[in-house]
Amino acid sequence: MLRLPVFDVAAPDKLTDALRSLADSQAGARPLGGGTDLLPNVKLGQTRMAMALLLRGVGELRGIERRGDNLWLGAGNTLAQVAQDEQVRDALPALAHAASRVASPQIRNMATLGGNLCLDTRCRYINQSEFWRQALGGCLKSHGSECHVVPGGQGCVAALSSDTAPALIAYDATVEIASWRDEGVQTREVPLAELYDSDGTRHVRLESTELLVGVRAPVPGLNVRVGHRKWAVRKSIDFPLISVALRLELDGALAAGGKLVVGVLGPRPRVLDLKAFAGRALAPDFARDLGQLAFDRCRPLPNVPYDAEYRRERLPVEVRRLALSLFGDQAAQS
Amino acid sequence: MPIAEPLDPARARRIAVVRLHVNGQAYAVAAPTHWTLLELLRYQLGLVGSKQGCDKGDCGACTVLLDGLPTLSCITLALSAEGRHVETVEGLGVGGEPHPLQRQFAERGAAQCGFCTPGMLMSSAHYLDELGRAASPVVRQQDIAAALGGNLCRCTGYTKIFEAVQAAADETCDRARALADGPGGAA
Repeated sequence: MLRLPVFDVAAPDKLTDALRSLADSQAGARPLGGGTDLLPNVKLGQTRMAMALLLRGVGELRGIERRGDNLWLGAGNTLAQVAQDEQVRDALPALAHAASRVASPQIRNMATLGGNLCLDTRCRYINQSEFWRQALGGCLKSHGSECHVVPGGQGCVAALSSDTAPALIAYDATVEIASWRDEGVQTREVPLAELYDSDGTRHVRLESTELLVGVRAPVPGLNVRVGHRKWAVRKSIDFPLISVALRLELDGALAAGGKLVVGVLGPRPRVLDLKAFAGRALAPDFARDLGQLAFDRCRPLPNVPYDAEYRRERLPVEVRRLALSLFGDQAAQS
Repeated sequence: MPIAEPLDPARARRIAVVRLHVNGQAYAVAAPTHWTLLELLRYQLGLVGSKQGCDKGDCGACTVLLDGLPTLSCITLALSAEGRHVETVEGLGVGGEPHPLQRQFAERGAAQCGFCTPGMLMSSAHYLDELGRAASPVVRQQDIAAALGGNLCRCTGYTKIFEAVQAAADETCDRARALADGPGGAA
């Protein structure tokens, strides 16, 4: 049995009340969307909280709507809602795919989009119970100074296992962040790719008083294709061992640019620019070269389960297959 | 009523009253704020059908329907269920009669140790609900596997479970068609 330690609970129904609770440094409140990441982590002694701030009742965090050229998604939508929403499937199909591949049906019914973007990092060592970890002593992320997955490592390389983050970065999404300051709501907006830091102990660049409120993604035109692909040992429940998103910008039938976003390498997704591939035809050799780019520029670490060398060999294969799926008929014809 | 830990008066401010419906019945239950919905169901209401398996969201043995959706009660705070409707395996059968899923699980040997069964039944019950609502229901093996993707079984190898759900789903489809045909119809 894994019991939760004692903590208080607040359940605001207005954003201002939620932000006020976060601004109260005495309260020690932690935002709780679906709780599918936070509560197991609290149970495993990876993190602590004095108060759980239940965000379920906050109306401002819900809804998915078209705002001009953008699709706006409240951070409180569940992953099941994101995966099934007609507007998302229509405008941001790679996001719908990524959300549909997270964990299990139960977890997608509970977990929120904001929670998946702010997912804590994990590695083979930290993702265990406190009792198990005591045998090896602490680590860079848990009251220690030694990394147990990359011997001699100086920085925490625990991986971000979010599937929606690579997809939304490929859509050039920005996140809306709110906090309570000077007796009012302050908001700021940052590109999602810049939300993440390379330090696995504090990889989400949010102050403890700040809350991720929503995501805004420009709806791509007809000259843009975006796809997402995940590999895990099992089709269900598993965290991704590879999670990649590809954005392909086209000029007529040829590539004009785009980006390749590679997740689960470390604390932040790796973004590779594809300008150098402008002018390439959507043919199998282009897909192979995109895979080679991933192989050359990304080095999976032994931070998550499964053999790191196997993941390194598998990454270009996943990227090539993702590219071919975006090329569609054009690759078959060439 | 069994209580997992003494309700220490010094922590009184950390005890809340949760108002919720469980299997159609309204309750107001006192529970410590850090308790999960599973703990509330098992230790305050005595509904021990939902199982405490991995207790961290991996195995699905604690699956209940929360407002109709399969939910892991071991990582849902009891206070998150305030004002909501919970269905547990105890509410599946009606008037002492087993639910078609329970009958099929028993007849087809879909349980060995039985620990995962309550969760399997609740995820399957939601799949059957969705199937019953579909305009033209079709039972597909891959849909059953996807619906049960969050429930682990370490004994059966899943084959008998899938067969039992398939049989109950076929019954649901037959009933839906009979209803569509109307009284005295071809069914």
